[in-house]
Amino acid sequence: MTVTVNGQCWELPDGSALADVLSRLGTPPRGVAVALDGAVVPRAFWAGTALRDGASIDVVTAVQGG
Amino acid sequence: MADDPLVIAGREFGSRLILGTGGAANLAILEQALLAAQTELTTVAIRRIDITAGGAGVLDVLARHGIEPLPNTAGCRSAAEAVLTAALGREALQTSWVKLEVIADDRTLLPDPIELLDAAEQLVDDGFTVLPYTNDDPVLARRLADVGCAAVMPLGSPIGTGLGIRNPHNIEMIVAQARVPVVLDAGIGTASEAAFAMELGCDAVLLASAVTRAEDPPRMAEAMRLAVQAGRNARLAGRIPQRFWARASSPEL
Repeated sequence: MTVTVNGQCWELPDGSALADVLSRLGTPPRGVAVALDGAVVPRAFWAGTALRDGASIDVVTAVQGG
Repeated sequence: MADDPLVIAGREFGSRLILGTGGAANLAILEQALLAAQTELTTVAIRRIDITAGGAGVLDVLARHGIEPLPNTAGCRSAAEAVLTAALGREALQTSWVKLEVIADDRTLLPDPIELLDAAEQLVDDGFTVLPYTNDDPVLARRLADVGCAAVMPLGSPIGTGLGIRNPHNIEMIVAQARVPVVLDAGIGTASEAAFAMELGCDAVLLASAVTRAEDPPRMAEAMRLAVQAGRNARLAGRIPQRFWARASSPEL
């Protein structure tokens, strides 16, 4: 299946979970949040959230600003 | 001299200078500036993660010195965008505090008052402690407090302009009617303007560019810290009334 991660297209095996995207990104252990199709998914639910074809995922963190 | 702490939503802060982290040339300079400012609360933006950037980020710097990060919604144009960004900030930083920014356009970076009030109301309902960056409009400031914002943060002039406080009377009106702390946010260019904000009765000053884009950011951060203290003291001390004609301070001959 194809999903969009931070604006880029990724090919993932069927049955992939949100946590698989995060581990492929090498996400730091803290300071990160994830939105799936425009809604925040808390860290505790990353492993149990299955992805579907066409899903849009945003992975964000805090940067200098404001 | 002794001063009461700044209290926002029941939390006490010894420092009345909130330093934003935007605009610093690098993290080392930012770290020195944060320490010179003696700030306890500092804004950060929420952006897509750049894994290739690597290395220690701004959060590591803040954690090292026990400075509280305040996530903002910078760059958001609509209430919907701001609400999602605030939710991401809450999840990423495990704080329900948010500096709410909803900007109308890139040229002025002025707040969009309609979207701002809408977002503020939604976020307050969702349990956020909302600190809105707002226009220097006493009516809008009152409406933001009415919907439950924990502070109001009127601009002195547009973000990054360094034009100081363009409408001091509006800031005084906002202060005069405020039931929540007033934080002068945006437009400060130099120390005298930070002092002026405090003399007008603001409870704190939030600034970034004036320090981070100065030629010597740590030195400007120290200047701002002292200016905020000086302005606060002057406010508490009660200035003399202005007079048209001179009044001798020495006894008559």
